[in-house]
Amino acid sequence: MPDTMMNLHSIAAAVPEIYLTAAICIVLLFEAFVGAKRPGATGTLTLLVLVVGAALTVAYADVAQRVVLFDGTYVADPLAYVLKLAGFLAVAVTLLYSRAYLQNRDILKGEYYVLSLSALLGIFVLISADSLLTVYLGVELLALSVYAMVAFDRESGVAAEAAMKYFVLGAIASGMLLYGMSIVYGLTGTLNLDGIAVALSAPHNLGVILGLTFIVVAVAFKLGAVPFHMWLPDVYDGAPTSVTLFIGTAPKLGYFALALRLLAHGLAGVTVDWTAMLAPLAVLSLVVGNVVAIAQTNIKRMLAYSTISHVGFILLGFVAGTVNGYGAALYYTLVYVLMALGFFGVVILASRKGFEADKLEHYKGLYRRDPLLALAMAMLMFSAAGVPPFIGFWAKLRIIQALWETQHLWLVVTAVVMSVVGAFYYLRVVKLMYFDEAPESLPDTVRSFGVRFALGVNAAAVLVLGILPAPLLDLCARVIR
Amino acid sequence: MHDHLLSLLIWLPIAAGIVVLLLGERNIVVGRWLSLLASLVALALCVPLVRDFNTHTAAFQFVQKAAWIPRFHAYYALGVDGISMPLVVLTALMTIPVLIAGWQVITKRPAQYYAAFLIMEGLMIGVFSATDALLFYFFWEAMLIPMFLIIGIWGGPRRVYATIKFFLYTFLGSVFMLAALIYMYVKAGSYSIAAFQALPLTLTEQRWIFAAFLLAFAVKVPMWPVHTWLPDAHVEAPTGGSVILAAIMLKMGGYGFLRFSLPIVPDACRELDTLVITLSLIAVIYIGFVALVQQDMKKLIAYSSIAHMGFVTLGAFLVYAIVRSTGATQDAALGMDGAMVQMISHGLISGALFLCVGVLYDRMHTRQIADYGGVINTMPVFAGFMVLFALANTGLPGTSGFVGEFLVILASFKASFWYSALAAVTLILGAGYTLWLVKRVVFGPVANDHVAKLSDVNGREFLILGVLALAVLALGVWPAPLLKIMEPSIQHLVSQAAATKIPV
Repeated sequence: MPDTMMNLHSIAAAVPEIYLTAAICIVLLFEAFVGAKRPGATGTLTLLVLVVGAALTVAYADVAQRVVLFDGTYVADPLAYVLKLAGFLAVAVTLLYSRAYLQNRDILKGEYYVLSLSALLGIFVLISADSLLTVYLGVELLALSVYAMVAFDRESGVAAEAAMKYFVLGAIASGMLLYGMSIVYGLTGTLNLDGIAVALSAPHNLGVILGLTFIVVAVAFKLGAVPFHMWLPDVYDGAPTSVTLFIGTAPKLGYFALALRLLAHGLAGVTVDWTAMLAPLAVLSLVVGNVVAIAQTNIKRMLAYSTISHVGFILLGFVAGTVNGYGAALYYTLVYVLMALGFFGVVILASRKGFEADKLEHYKGLYRRDPLLALAMAMLMFSAAGVPPFIGFWAKLRIIQALWETQHLWLVVTAVVMSVVGAFYYLRVVKLMYFDEAPESLPDTVRSFGVRFALGVNAAAVLVLGILPAPLLDLCARVIR
Repeated sequence: MHDHLLSLLIWLPIAAGIVVLLLGERNIVVGRWLSLLASLVALALCVPLVRDFNTHTAAFQFVQKAAWIPRFHAYYALGVDGISMPLVVLTALMTIPVLIAGWQVITKRPAQYYAAFLIMEGLMIGVFSATDALLFYFFWEAMLIPMFLIIGIWGGPRRVYATIKFFLYTFLGSVFMLAALIYMYVKAGSYSIAAFQALPLTLTEQRWIFAAFLLAFAVKVPMWPVHTWLPDAHVEAPTGGSVILAAIMLKMGGYGFLRFSLPIVPDACRELDTLVITLSLIAVIYIGFVALVQQDMKKLIAYSSIAHMGFVTLGAFLVYAIVRSTGATQDAALGMDGAMVQMISHGLISGALFLCVGVLYDRMHTRQIADYGGVINTMPVFAGFMVLFALANTGLPGTSGFVGEFLVILASFKASFWYSALAAVTLILGAGYTLWLVKRVVFGPVANDHVAKLSDVNGREFLILGVLALAVLALGVWPAPLLKIMEPSIQHLVSQAAATKIPV
């Protein structure tokens, strides 16, 4: 057990969470007293909060070594540092993109920002969890915030239905997680993940595998791996696009951490078992995600299925079961978040008041109407397909490399074949934007300079980090040991 | 300067392309001249490349090496040898007629058109000059994007089908190559092609890697039966797209066999050479017959390309059969010499033929052979060029087409009588479909009013066809300099291909 003496210096590593909790209270109060008079002010404050939070994280949470705090419930390490910074960035970009969208639909309310921040806090708790309890706390905090966000547009019946579905299925998954955790706790006698890892390194009871099964199911559900993916397309499609953008990006960081901390760290003693369980899930996700995405006519659903296929790739990194594999999965997750910010951002910017650009046909001839948006989307699509010089290529390369190192011939073959299948529907989007003529009746895209600039930077990052991939690759390899 | 020559050749056209893109459609006059200037500068940069090329060594020259991804030991490593240098020059040369050919013809988004071809040029030179497998793959795949857009935006009525088919076919082949490259990286700890060539591999490993390479390169060449994307892509692509596709992109498949398959998995190649030779002969003969019955000029030339590229793969893989039958490796070099000359020559001839079809298409807006007839009456100068290129395509002595085919047939004779007998069928078939095409399109009485109204080539068209005609004749009359450039590298390649890499 670590030293339990607490002073200000020793909890410095936990500054991001402490700060965020305080900031949520402030934003809530600000909304109550000022927000009603000036709609939009809360949004600006939230962006400020996120920027300050990122700065504080850099100042305090950049730990060189693994630091365990609060009686072994909380861990700060370089991985957590990177993920938290990425979380701040992802949520800030999400909120920036969403602003006009929220305004147009009369849901630009302070609570939206509070919920975003509490979801982010949930993500942080997950990232820094070192005990089963903390894990569960993070999962629930994140999930409850997101359920509410999905239902945020009260007028929309589809959104309410999506939220309900998400909530019910999410509750089942939480139950699974809790049940699996209780079994593992019962057999190892500790909630602490380090303790569990130690206990499982010795020969263990078969019951652990039973607990593990439930945990794997819950992790697969949260990530959206087939066959636990049913909620994902409906929620992505039904939720307001700004919320789709939110749940498609930052939470993935948290769920990656969930898988890493629980499976790769706490349950490292049974790696053989959970990699064997994840392998079919990964293959199924690749196949179902890519094949079903082809049949979609709704771009949000198509991107939802594409998410499922990317989750398959991330899981393949875990299936490798090596440090390199986890590093590959981390890199893939970060790359995916960067790309998802971009393509859901395009969907948001193509939508106007009273018009949702959620059908594929709405992107016909986008090149003529808005060259920048079309170019950004084309770059993101090629990146998602894994074509160099874009960053998505390196993510796939890294995963395949990890799989070869562990001699997974058939997984490599499946992965490469499925990326060809996936290329088809990404190319189709490019085809619609560049080769087809625009119908007359579509409204203009969002023209506000700041947001478009951000999207341009986002797309440029996909290209620049694709041409010079070394820094990010190094970072990911360094923080996972 | 020599250290950065190849980098300049890659990045100058790409940078120019981006500038043209940024200038936009409104400044297209500036953009056009800038594109032409950039492509001319690129060609001028090839002058020191050829002049200072040391023809006595098989080692890579004009090398540049910089750290790219230290963690993977992947380098930004460039260099050319006798095999890649001529292809680099060919790429720089063929981009110019493409740009000029589109001068007044391309009215839809011209800035993007020029930018796409300039970026293509840089990426293609990158493919030929990369000596790091990861960098090679990077360029190899990146190249698909501009070509995808070129066919999709400026193509014919079925362009979407054609371009998606093109992209997915080549992508499918390439990803298996990527898997093989990564596998070898994991074993060798480096992405350098030289390290792969030195890496001992068991026969089983070699067979798998051979299969992966075969998929990637056979699609690109293309070899029967994975050729079906090519006629579609050619028919739908704009003239410039067809020229680049036929003149350069197909060569990448052949280059891949020479750079990757033969030196990296020689034992698998030795074991499976009959497969490649059989596929090549099928391409030569069966596709020759298919070309005979085409109604569409572009389709006919596309099929003729497949048949001619069959000679490239045949020449490259004859090495084992020759060693088996005569035991002499200098004879084996003959086949590879032939393959290389055939690649360069076919690049010039097929490019020129597609340009000829483009000249006609710009005037008549049809590619159907039946719509033409008696073009010589209204376009005598053009007819002269077209007949010359057609004869070169059939392998007339004195043109470059003869040299490549002759060398390969000679080599195949040393390997086996039947190989050469079958390969020689192309002399009949090639003459058949090409001359029949010329007869129907160029000769005879004026077929209809449209043909009667045709005007002969203008200065722009005369210039590009004239330069290519000179190149075809020069290479045909005096191929020695090209052979001399290639010789040490080919000798080295033959020794690599003849060696065994199975660990004992």
